[in-house]
Order: sequence, then C-alpha cells, then structure tokens
Amino acid sequence: MTLELVFDIGLAALVLTVATWTLLARETTAAVIGFVAYGLLLTLVWVRLAAVDVALTEAAIGSGMTGVLLLTAAARLRATEAVANAEQPGATLRVVAALLCVSVFAGLAGIVLLLPEPGPTLAPQAAANLGSTGLGNAVTAVLLSFRAIDTLLETVVLLLALLGVWSLAPDRVWGGRPGPQGNVQRDGVLVFLAQLLPPVGIVVAIHLFWVGADAPGGKFQAATILAAMWILAQQAGLTDAPPVDRRWLRLVLVAGPAAFLAVGFLGFAAAGAFLAYPAGYAKPLILFIEAALMPSIAATLALLVAGPPARTEPP
Amino acid sequence: MTLVLDILTVVAVSAGVFFFLAGTVGLLRFPDSLSRLHALTKADNLGLGLVVLGLLPRADGPFGALKLIAVWLLAQLAGATVTQLLARAARTAEPQE
Amino acid sequence: MNTATLFGVVAAALVALGLYGLIVHPQPLRKILAFNLLGGGMFLIFGVVARRGAAAGMGGDPVPQALVITGLVVAFSATALAVALVVRLFEETGRAILRSDVSTTEREVDGES
Repeated sequence: MTLELVFDIGLAALVLTVATWTLLARETTAAVIGFVAYGLLLTLVWVRLAAVDVALTEAAIGSGMTGVLLLTAAARLRATEAVANAEQPGATLRVVAALLCVSVFAGLAGIVLLLPEPGPTLAPQAAANLGSTGLGNAVTAVLLSFRAIDTLLETVVLLLALLGVWSLAPDRVWGGRPGPQGNVQRDGVLVFLAQLLPPVGIVVAIHLFWVGADAPGGKFQAATILAAMWILAQQAGLTDAPPVDRRWLRLVLVAGPAAFLAVGFLGFAAAGAFLAYPAGYAKPLILFIEAALMPSIAATLALLVAGPPARTEPP
Repeated sequence: MTLVLDILTVVAVSAGVFFFLAGTVGLLRFPDSLSRLHALTKADNLGLGLVVLGLLPRADGPFGALKLIAVWLLAQLAGATVTQLLARAARTAEPQE
Repeated sequence: MNTATLFGVVAAALVALGLYGLIVHPQPLRKILAFNLLGGGMFLIFGVVARRGAAAGMGGDPVPQALVITGLVVAFSATALAVALVVRLFEETGRAILRSDVSTTEREVDGES
C-alpha cells in the first residue's frame, strides 16, 4: 500500500462523492457547480493516469466550457424548477433503474478487472513513427498526423453543432446577436477582470499552442482559453456577441476546417493519399493546420456557449 | 542543501494544507455567506501561496518557478473577483444585514 | 490493485451513476448533466486502457488519449446543441419537460416561427 495508492484511493472517493452529490442535489445550479468540481477532480485523475494532454482538455472543455454552458442554461430555466421537481418518478422506475445500473457497473468493472495483462498497446508504433512527424508529443502526433482524419471530422462536427444551435433561432431574430444584452457596469469588478485577464489569456494560449508540439498542450486547450477570454469580455459587457450573419464571422469559423481540408487534398498531389504529408514537410504543415484551426475552434466554442441568436440590431 | 529544501517543502506545504483546512472549517461553521466568503478567500489565498512556496524548490528551472507563481497570482485574481461578485449577490439577496 | 485498475472501477461506478441520473431525473437539463457524468466515466475507461498500454518510454498509449480528447470536444458540442434545444423548448412551450402529452397547439395559434 504505497503512498501514491493512498492518494489515489482518496481521490477516487472524492470523485464518487462529488458525482453522487451532483446527482442528488436539489437545485440545478448546485448540481452544475458540483459538476464543475467533478470535472476538476477528473483532471487530477487524468494526471494520475499519466495523460496530461487529456487532463488539460478535461479542465478546459469538459469542466470549464460545459460548466459555463450549463450554468447559463440553469439560470434561464430556473422558472421550470418547481414544476419539474413535482414530477418525481415512481419507486418502480427507481428500483428498475437502480438494478440496471448495478448490472452495468458489474459488467464494466468485470471488464476492467479482466483486461488482458500486459495490455495491448500502440505506443511502440507511435514512438517508432514519431520521428517522421518532427513532433515530440506523441498525442499531438496521433491527433494531427496518424489519426488526422479524426481531427478533421471533429472540427466539422463542431461546425455542424454550431449550425444546429443557430438554426434554433426564431424567425424574427434570424441572423441576430446571440445571448442577452450584457449589462455594463463601468467600474465593476468583472469589467476589471475582463480588462486584465484577456492579454494574459492570449499569451498563455499561444504558449500552450506552441508548446503542444513537444510537451503536453496543443490547439484545443489553447483555443478553449481564447474562447474563454472572449466569453469573459462578452459577459463583462466590454464587447458584444457579433450578429451571426456577418461574413467575417463565418469566414473565421470556416477558415480552419477549410485549411485542413485543403492540406488534405494537397496530400493527393504531394504524397499520394488524403491527408498524407510529404516527407520533411510534416511539421510545418502540422503547425500551419494548428494555427489555422485555433481561431476557428475558439470562435466556434465561444459561439456554442453564447447560444442561438436572440436579438436583432435596432433598425 | 537538498535536505534543507525538502524540509522547507514539507513545512510550507503542510502549513498551506492547514490553512486550506481552516478555510474549509470557516466555510462550514460560519453563519452567513459574507463571513464564509471572507474565511475562504483569506485562508485559501494564503494556503495556495504557502503551497506554491513549498513547491518552488521542486520546480524545473526558473521558468517553472515563474509559472507556479503566475498560477498563484491568477488564482488570487480569480478568487478576489468571484468573491466580490458573490458577496454583491449575497448582499442583494439577504438585505436584512 | 494498481492505479489504473482502481480508476477503472471508479469509472464503471461513474457510468452507472450517470446512467441512473439519466433515467430517473425528470428535467432535461439534469439528464444532460447526468449524461456528461456518464461520458466522463466512459472516457476514464479509455484512460485506464491507455495507462495499461504504457510502453516505449511513454506513460500511456497515446492513441486512446487522442481519442478521448476528440471525444471530449464532441461531447461538449453535443451538450451545447442539447442545451440549446432545451432552452428553445422552454421558450416555446413555457415548460422544460420531455413528456409526450405536452401539447404544442397552444403555440400554433400565434403563428410563432
């Protein structure tokens, strides 16, 4: 029973407690705050599992962005709490659900405990081919070279989700600005934070993006920080969400996936397959794709949190 | 020298943990939101500062040490702002102060 | 019982808890929350598999880790779309309940959207 295992057991108990509390909390806002804490504890778990890139992504997107999204939704839906809480499901449903969940737990725990030893792994192949990409971080190499098509599809999925969110606007505000009008307190504390933090956030984001080539980091985490800075500025009233029918906004959103696709099709000419990088040009191409993707993903994430258009410009 | 640094790390991190514990006790025991916020900010900022101080000898290079200090400064900034906003919201919600 | 196995069992418990919350809560927003809990647990199982594939000088197999990063982003976009749907449902019908007998005829009259 080493000290690390004691720490791990404590962390595991904390994660389960916070997850249970999130499920059992009475108010949705309290449950969302519990969920944010759960996400941060999961970040620690990811670090214990030696997956620092995933830990960064979990803290940024899984806990931070999702938390902001759910908090604003919980605030907007507060009027429905009383009605919904009156409709608690009956005991039969609870018992059946509990039995189902216990069996799911038993099945998954059995699978985990019966995993083959030693575990099958692709780490040796990844390490062997790492030199051809010119990167030092194996996860970035997998994301942008070995499984680059997954990343391409993922950026397109982000755009499609944004299209889905935008299509939920009522007809009369089609193409308008998302979100409610921020209230500007000229000397408020939030305004102070929103003036102080974005430059720091931009520097940290660019550092994360650059360092992601050889150390944990990368464009997703950097893009999330940029999106968070923009959301902070919007919520402090320093800048307003742009109307969604502006051409520059749509160009920024599409530029990243379009650049990725262009590099992919160039791969046919240069190296014989879709998304193949010609030898020696892998790292510059990867950096170009990441630099093009970062603003697009940041804008997409911020607009996903902002929601569908809700108000139009006064004529 | 490393023994002195290790002792510094253990003492500083333990003191930081003690302050975090004190802040949490304040969170659980104080009667209303404002005093709880007060206990949390003071104790947690000092606790985090002590933890960072204890981890400085273990940072990799001056750049790593600067990053740790930047983490502490950012946490203080965020904590101070959020505490102000929460206190203002608590003040307007419980006007019987 | 090493770190990876312990967190694997924790992940299985999180999946079960999330599934229970998904089935039992009446509010759609709580269901989305429980779905994210479930997602976190599933990604942890990937992480356990990645940790057990530590080889060639790396702490974990990078391929499942990259899959989890992709999964986290896709889960966030799905959550964003689901939340937008729930908020729109609330704005249209005044209630945020997923029951099949909620009538929308009361809104057809004003020719709204």
